[in-house]
Amino acid sequence: MNLTVFALTGAALVGLGVYGLIARVHMLRRIMAFNLIGSGLFLFFGAAGARGVGLDPIPQALIITGIVVALSASALAVGLVVALARSSGTACLPDEAGDT
Amino acid sequence: MSLVLDMALCALILGVGLATVAGHGVFRAVIFFITYGLLLAIGWARLGAYDVALAEAAISAGLTGVLLLAAHGRLRRLRAAEEAPLRPNLPAALVATGIALALGWAWFALPDPTAPDLTAALPQSGVGNPVTAVLLNFRAWDTLLEAIILLAALIGLWMLARDRAWDNPLGLRYHARAGGVMASFGRVLPPIGLIFGIYLVWAGAEMTGGAFQGGTVLAAVCLVSIMADVLPAPRIAQPAWRLALVFGPGVFLLSGVAGAVFAQGFLALPPELAKPAIVTIEAALTLSIAVTLVLLVIGPPDEGGQDA
Repeated sequence: MNLTVFALTGAALVGLGVYGLIARVHMLRRIMAFNLIGSGLFLFFGAAGARGVGLDPIPQALIITGIVVALSASALAVGLVVALARSSGTACLPDEAGDT
Repeated sequence: MSLVLDMALCALILGVGLATVAGHGVFRAVIFFITYGLLLAIGWARLGAYDVALAEAAISAGLTGVLLLAAHGRLRRLRAAEEAPLRPNLPAALVATGIALALGWAWFALPDPTAPDLTAALPQSGVGNPVTAVLLNFRAWDTLLEAIILLAALIGLWMLARDRAWDNPLGLRYHARAGGVMASFGRVLPPIGLIFGIYLVWAGAEMTGGAFQGGTVLAAVCLVSIMADVLPAPRIAQPAWRLALVFGPGVFLLSGVAGAVFAQGFLALPPELAKPAIVTIEAALTLSIAVTLVLLVIGPPDEGGQDA
């Protein structure tokens, strides 16, 4: 029962992240939304791996790998956003800057 | 009782996640995101996945938080940190709800797990922590490639530097006020963090901990020292930093090749040598992970005061 709570929370976090990724135009917001999707999926995956007898270490190891890769992707994305802001003066994509 | 606790925790996680997405102001969203990572770490601890809880708290909340705060500071200097308030977006809400509902349905449709039991194979791995055994022995390929992904991301980040800034110190300039919080934290925290980080790596062989968690703590120590002006900011051209970057993946690759020559195959560890091999690889990998994370978080070289 407790695992179901965590899995459904993970599913809801993925939904929240997808909404933020599409609806928010500031790119720093999108990086955070993308991280929400990732951590929601990790939570779902972790809860799925904890079913049955005891905790399965393989999903845990994969999730730790995923967390580290998410950080390196975020760092690269942040660098790109700062470079975009430096060259265009805004942290929004050009075709969306008008919507803000 | 524990169900009530878990439900309250999940409600908090969702509430803070909602504030990250829908709240007003980018800076506030960053703060909510850090809080979110810490709450999620408690969630992982509740699930019994302590290694993941440590990684989540140290990497997702800690380092990503520093990264986003520094990014916000840079964007504010470029006058790009402002944003318009959120306007409701119905198609996005429909897509998001659909994906969340599909995942929820998938949870109830999942077949019962028939995962292979690792406890029988664990004595062969040389370590007592099953997560470390998976990371550095049974699925060492994943970990090797992950270390290389970190390097690739760092090279990508450095590609964004301007030519004239290439020799500058990396990252923003930090000025710690003498006698201020940062100046005293920068001297008190690093020794504690250093011991804790090394302990996490050593303990990771038998219990909770590991190279990634320990490396992250060491990276945090290094970042605090740089921000408090105790350590000089690194530069791309310094050979010691470059050597530290490739040392871990290099040792890992060499041990993999040694496995191919002397044992059953690439990255295979003979059981009697597994423990010393894993400890050596972890020690080398920790150094490289810590340095790579520091350089990833402080970002490409800054152009000094020119872009203020």
